[in-house]
Amino acid sequence: MTQASVIKNLTEVRAMIKRHKMDDYIFSIIGIIALMIGLLTLLTLFIDLIYDGSGRFNLKFLSDYPSRRAENAGLLSAWVGSTLVMLITFLTAVPMGVAAGLYLEEYASKNWFSDIIEINVSNLAGVPSIVYGLLALGLFVYGLGLGQSILTAGLTLGLLILPIVIVSTRESIRAIPVAIREAAYAVGATKWQVVYDHVLKYSYGGILTGVIIGMARALGETAPIITIGALTFIAFLPPSPISDVPPYLNFEWLSSGFTVLPIQMFNWLSRPDHAFHVNAAATGAIIIVVTLLMNGYAIRLRYKIRESIKW
Amino acid sequence: MNEFAATTISPRLAKNIRRNIKERVIELILMLAALSAVATTVGIVAILLNESLGFFKTVSVVDFFTDTQWTPLFENPHFGIMPLISGTLTTSAVALIVAIPVGTIAAIYLSEFASHKVRETVKPILELLVGVPTVVFGYFALFFVTPILQNMIPTLPGFNMLSAGLVMGIMIIPYICSVAEDAMRAVPMSMREGSYAMGATRFQTALRVVAPAATSGIVAAYILGISRAVGETMVVAVAAGQQPNLTFNPMESAATITAYIVQVALGDLPHGSIGYQSIFAAGLVLMVMTLMFNMLGHWVRKKYRENY
Repeated sequence: MTQASVIKNLTEVRAMIKRHKMDDYIFSIIGIIALMIGLLTLLTLFIDLIYDGSGRFNLKFLSDYPSRRAENAGLLSAWVGSTLVMLITFLTAVPMGVAAGLYLEEYASKNWFSDIIEINVSNLAGVPSIVYGLLALGLFVYGLGLGQSILTAGLTLGLLILPIVIVSTRESIRAIPVAIREAAYAVGATKWQVVYDHVLKYSYGGILTGVIIGMARALGETAPIITIGALTFIAFLPPSPISDVPPYLNFEWLSSGFTVLPIQMFNWLSRPDHAFHVNAAATGAIIIVVTLLMNGYAIRLRYKIRESIKW
Repeated sequence: MNEFAATTISPRLAKNIRRNIKERVIELILMLAALSAVATTVGIVAILLNESLGFFKTVSVVDFFTDTQWTPLFENPHFGIMPLISGTLTTSAVALIVAIPVGTIAAIYLSEFASHKVRETVKPILELLVGVPTVVFGYFALFFVTPILQNMIPTLPGFNMLSAGLVMGIMIIPYICSVAEDAMRAVPMSMREGSYAMGATRFQTALRVVAPAATSGIVAAYILGISRAVGETMVVAVAAGQQPNLTFNPMESAATITAYIVQVALGDLPHGSIGYQSIFAAGLVLMVMTLMFNMLGHWVRKKYRENY
């Protein structure tokens, strides 16, 4: 090879390296832009909602019933409804989900039976939420005669977030080393004692993460609640759960009609009158803030657990 | 032996028996809770099939799939599901045209280019974005994106599939990005190092080594994204319109399967009427569509998974 061709080769190689480095550079810029499209949208959306709804951020908005006049309309029945529905959702999804997760991880032997349950759980996580609404409409509203009540809505959302709770329970249980269980068995603990006193206690944080994410999802779900036929104009509160005569607890509220925050928002934003859109924006901002706080807390908790636990 | 059995059992043994019974009962209760997942699936399938069977007694299956009009609530009802399917597919297609390229590029950037610090900051934010309720995105589509689009395309109607699809796409980006990034992170470092040692740049490594190795996970992310787009309700119900329309033109207004269900549920249809049954038939079609995508996703992930 002559001197000249080596030099020519070298410059070619140098040009190639330069070109490839340029590719790297260009791609990282495209990558940042792509990432920003995803991230900045949330920011835009959030600012848009706050800006549009800014006229309605006051306590009166939270203490007023819906009204035909936009400026008098408030969220009272919606947030009370959301709270009560979430209570039922919590009471159904958490015990059932945690129990199911415990069974699948600690009790079930690996056979066709546990396979079927597992396939079911992962499939349920992919079912569109509106299909849960159809299930509830056919089963709870008409099949069991529960009507379009708080109980129906709570049970529906409970089933909807069940896979989330089950999966997070299983994941956090799986992270506990076998040695912990063996140590408990070695001092004579029964299976349930091992599960309750050790497995459940140590996986508590991880389960909580899943529960909070599930509850945030339930708070924002609109489609299944609309499908069961929830009324949108509710100018009353459900009967109080606490009464002043024994037995001090009152369960009439379970069968009461209701509305929830996302439904109220949907109702307002589908009206032609622009004044109601302001209410919708303000409601949207409130929903976003609450769900972001819940999810943010859960995600922080998860990262903290991941860092702190060293078995 | 018999003498032993005849004597009263010791308190300690009795306690053991009680304990064993308690253990059995607890196991049974936990198993019943686990079975609730199966019961939910059975419930969904049973309700959808049962109400749909009633529907198909009145409407022939052939009409259902060939009629080009969907007007169950009119005087002269037509029950052709195709307009709803075309609406669903069009909005989903628009969403995926946005979400797949942007999500993939963002995932590659995050996994292969971004510094540790950037990745640790962005990942939780992506997870946060996945949790934003969809009705809020509906507001965004109708009152923020549609006016902007109408400025650019003056003929665009107030309700259109383009705006709904775009917002749905933006909504799915974090989801696709997050799942695809996980798949690429799972590719062992030694493969990247091998590639770098041969003199490859980051971009070459990402494109020719990491992405092919993570194909199964990336494709599964796409398919799960499709399944989410098909089942998405609130954005399309708010922004795409409620009128069933057999078109694949995103500039038009059209109803999706999910929007139709919402529209009927908002009205006051008597239980057992053909309109009431029609939402279950529509729901069955939706369920079958998403189930197909979900199963395809699991299959792709299993079949093309590389083991390192």
